[in-house]
Amino acid sequence: MMRTAVKIEEKIAKAVFWSAGIIILGILFFIIFHILKEGLFAINWEFLTEAPREMGREGGIFPIIIGTIYVVALSIAVGAPIGIMAAVFLTEYAKKGKLVRTIRFFVETLAAVPSIIFGLFGFLFFVIYLGWGWSIMSGGLTLACMLLPIIIRTTEESIKAVPESYREGSLALGATRWQTVYKIVLPCALPGIITGVILGIGRAISEAAAVFLTAGMAGLIVPESVWDPARTLTVHLFILASEGICFERAYATAAILVIMILIINYAAHKLSGMITRK
Amino acid sequence: MKNVLLQEKSRRTQIRELTEKVIEKLLLFCAIVAIIVVFLIVGFIFTQGWSVIQKYGIAHFLFNLEWEPLAEPVQFGLLPMIVGSFVVTFGALLISVPLGISCAVFLAEFAPQWAAKRIRPAIELMAGIPSVVYGFWALVVLVPLIMNYLGGRGLSILAGSIVLGIMALPFIISIAEDAIRAVPKEYREASLALGATHWQTVKYVVLPAAKSGILTAIILGMALTIGETMAVILVIGNAAIIPDSILCMVRTLTAHIALEMGYAAGEHQQALFVAGIVLFVVIMILNSLALLIYKRAGV
Repeated sequence: MMRTAVKIEEKIAKAVFWSAGIIILGILFFIIFHILKEGLFAINWEFLTEAPREMGREGGIFPIIIGTIYVVALSIAVGAPIGIMAAVFLTEYAKKGKLVRTIRFFVETLAAVPSIIFGLFGFLFFVIYLGWGWSIMSGGLTLACMLLPIIIRTTEESIKAVPESYREGSLALGATRWQTVYKIVLPCALPGIITGVILGIGRAISEAAAVFLTAGMAGLIVPESVWDPARTLTVHLFILASEGICFERAYATAAILVIMILIINYAAHKLSGMITRK
Repeated sequence: MKNVLLQEKSRRTQIRELTEKVIEKLLLFCAIVAIIVVFLIVGFIFTQGWSVIQKYGIAHFLFNLEWEPLAEPVQFGLLPMIVGSFVVTFGALLISVPLGISCAVFLAEFAPQWAAKRIRPAIELMAGIPSVVYGFWALVVLVPLIMNYLGGRGLSILAGSIVLGIMALPFIISIAEDAIRAVPKEYREASLALGATHWQTVKYVVLPAAKSGILTAIILGMALTIGETMAVILVIGNAAIIPDSILCMVRTLTAHIALEMGYAAGEHQQALFVAGIVLFVVIMILNSLALLIYKRAGV
């Protein structure tokens, strides 16, 4: 009697855990399927190459794609080198001690700050204080600050995975610390670092709250320089949806975002698979 | 001749040493950027909100139901938004915690290799989808469903909680799964050797051992949910009122900032920075709590 009760409980528990996994997969596939089903047929050459007309009710999203590329590229160009170098310092130069603990604490804090707060900060600092206005520059640098923790973390992990003997070999040959880092450690850690940068690109594309307070909501024409305002894909989708401007074009924009994230995740997944196999 | 060579060599070592030093300082500077940014964020947002806090007192913001930034006299009550944020977050946790922890147990304990291998990338993908896309999906799918079957306008706490619950899932799953995996193998083996079944082992040995890690996952999930903006703004209706049912519209702190920042000026704008300060303080408290639990557990 006791044994059957135990067996039944075991079965029920397993069924519950299996269904949790299946429900979550189901939700994800339902969301992606729904967005792609409704959005893909609205994407065509005109949509990708024309400027929006009537606030986005007509026309395409060409300036918005360009704006997104500008903002994301700028954030990576600034955030990636600083993040990678910070990670090199934390792992190769100052391994222990109070300074490292303090820096780590602040990196964790930065990771916890919500994007709307980054938006407020970017608005106060870049837009108002430095007088850059709503611009690609303000948006890109705000995003760069947001990306720092992700890039530092992934780079640190991949640098730590480089075997200690490699460094010892290099140092024994008379190479300096920086030569060892530059010629041995970084090349070995490269796939992991690139994975981190790709994930950073994904994060930058996904971000909306911080961007719309710093890069602005205008930008329906192609930006000419980094001092022009820009509207990113996420901000465009937000405006189309929140103001109920055009759901067909909102679906198409959402589908483009989903496809971009699918590609980015696939690339990051393949790359990190390569690392573990090595 | 020999002297010249020696001199040349020592100059080269000097340059090399100098380069090393310069590079080390450069790397140090990059590492310190994170600290500088945190100080800039705190400094700018707190100074911006400080003057209105001094003028009206913090109680005026925290315990006031009226938000009338343009009326005379002005009212900057943030209480409806604070309540809104907590209500929506609590609702989201009701969804994300049971589902997320179950999925974490499944991945760490019960899932066969082939299933775990497919579910994990899917969960990574879930974390990568932009919040606006989740919000848009909820607006076109969830909101009409709620409107048709439960009544009201559909824009509600319920819709916000569901979409935020889904969004918090990947984070809760990955932290909780790590916590469960960190339980030493010997614990499981000892329990199984005593004749306990797999589920009994999980229930009486693994989960109690992973308790603090799972709690950390829940608290961090809560911090994440409270800070979410773009998804929630699209589906909660954004009315600054104290809700009386889950079909009621509310406004969260994040939505409040995002909605009014565009046109606010003067004290109105500074009051929005006070909302930012409240949000920042709440999230920092939650994170410190998570850190404390994590450290106590000695993981």
